[in-house]
Amino acid sequence: MSETRSDIPADKAMTERAYSVRLEKLGLFLRNPMGMFGLILVVMFFASAIFAPFFATHDPLAMDIPARMSGPSAEHWLGTDQLGRDTYSRVLYGGRVALKVAAIGVSVALITGLILGMIAGFGPRWLDNFLLLVFDTIRSFPTIVLALAAVALLGPSLELVLAIVIVTTIPSYGRLARTSTLALKNTEFILAERSLGASTPRILFVHIMPNVIGPLLILAAMEVPVVVTVEAGLSFLGLGVQPPTASWGTVLNEGYLIIRDTPWMVIAGGIPLVLTTLGFTFLGEALRDVFDPKLRRGR
Amino acid sequence: MIWYLLKRLGLSVLIVLLAVAALFIMLHSIPGDPVSIALGPRATPEVQAAYAEKMHLDKPLVFQFLIFMGNVFRGDLGTDVFSGNSVSAMLIDQLPYTIMLAVAALGWAVAVGIPLGCLSAIWPNSWIDRVTGILSVGTIAVPSFLMSIWAILVFAIMLRWLPVIGAGDAGDPLDQLRHLILPAFAVGLGWVGYLARMVRASMLEVMGENYIRSARAFGLTPRTVVFRYALPVAILPTITLIGVGFGGLLSGTVFAEIIFSRPGVGRIIYDMVQARNFPVVQGAVLVTIVLYVIVTLIADLIVSWLDPRVRDSL
Repeated sequence: MSETRSDIPADKAMTERAYSVRLEKLGLFLRNPMGMFGLILVVMFFASAIFAPFFATHDPLAMDIPARMSGPSAEHWLGTDQLGRDTYSRVLYGGRVALKVAAIGVSVALITGLILGMIAGFGPRWLDNFLLLVFDTIRSFPTIVLALAAVALLGPSLELVLAIVIVTTIPSYGRLARTSTLALKNTEFILAERSLGASTPRILFVHIMPNVIGPLLILAAMEVPVVVTVEAGLSFLGLGVQPPTASWGTVLNEGYLIIRDTPWMVIAGGIPLVLTTLGFTFLGEALRDVFDPKLRRGR
Repeated sequence: MIWYLLKRLGLSVLIVLLAVAALFIMLHSIPGDPVSIALGPRATPEVQAAYAEKMHLDKPLVFQFLIFMGNVFRGDLGTDVFSGNSVSAMLIDQLPYTIMLAVAALGWAVAVGIPLGCLSAIWPNSWIDRVTGILSVGTIAVPSFLMSIWAILVFAIMLRWLPVIGAGDAGDPLDQLRHLILPAFAVGLGWVGYLARMVRASMLEVMGENYIRSARAFGLTPRTVVFRYALPVAILPTITLIGVGFGGLLSGTVFAEIIFSRPGVGRIIYDMVQARNFPVVQGAVLVTIVLYVIVTLIADLIVSWLDPRVRDSL
């Protein structure tokens, strides 16, 4: 083929139309106040975690024993813990753990779930049934119970938290990808591609994936808070990130132990968790309303 | 209907079997020899050999698995490594506390969340709809373990209204109730928001259907239309959601049991993980999974009983 796609007049018009549809959707998103609010919170989450050393007022591990368990002051904005460490700086650095778990956990689970889901939807019936059974079995473990069992065997670590997060969230991506793939399986353009002799991997990755991935990305935005909460919860129980590393969970745990002396730590450790959840939920819902109104029914 | 029941039951049994197999493999992939883990490093070879024979640890893994499954079906979950007590008896003692907490949490969430959702669907964009909307997003955003901590902070430490530790005096129902309020509040609060949103969304959808328009056209009162005609249909996705979300609810009760120092299956798992008492962990996790599968099964059966369309989809 000597001419590129955009040289064909009809195709060019289509590309332009697709472009204007995209612009319209962007406008729709920008006009959604909740979505913008969510976006701001999400940007804050990323910025505060990435630039934590820049925003922090203290070394998160530096102890100031005379000022231990103090409330907010000019020196320590959110007070200090039982070792006199600055809670504000610790919460900022704790955001880095949350971001790391969210970024790695969500992307690995998304990719694995996408591939497994497409295989389940496109492959033979027995494979589909088998994968569905595996997904349902994984979902039948309450996350925290699975995590407790895994920690009992392997000992607490951040890597284990990541593994748990990935394993327990794969089924939601897998199921969604499977449903969309099933719907596409017998459409004309896939049949045409097949009759042209395209291989299964080519059909899956070139033709099905672009049509399936949109809803999955929206789901991913909504899964971020789940993942962050699992990390904080496990670290709170002492089963995730180990002290002295700061995480929202360890800050909450240390604050819980001295809750009768100072309320500030459990407040400071909890609020970022709530804001992150709100941010990603609003962003995800706004994106869904703009790009995929159909999904609204299922939730 | 019977066909659907059998299929659904078969699926549940299969899921439990798979979960048990996964658990078994996990427990047997622990680095180190189970005998020395159970008996400690100072046990003599004779004692070790006797223990291995008693626990069938000298047999092939597949054989061990079959023995384990056989015992499970006879209700024998093994014995506690340290105290020698039967794990089943231990769990039967603890299970009522967990079920009570889960039921109390879900109960108050259903009692408040579903009416709130109905009201906001009947009057969309009214003040009650807006307040419910803000409230439900707000409560969903606070994870239950954080809610437990904050509830302790506000109601037990600042206001000193309610006790924090334990489940109350065993012989005193009123004291037990007082100890149940805070954990149930903390575990259920997120569900109030969830249910309200869910019911609102499906209610709005159902209210647009033709048969509702017909019912209205026949001159039925709005109350009859909403509660007799719309709600039984709109509630279906919510029942499924409760079934699927029960695992999350159990996670919430695990946290609540630990944070409020209540007895319960979750607390047992947590304590025994710390003590590396594997038979108890294994038994307790198994019980939790069975509990979860039963609840999902019941939810699915209720939905299929109420909605004939679902029966054909499996």
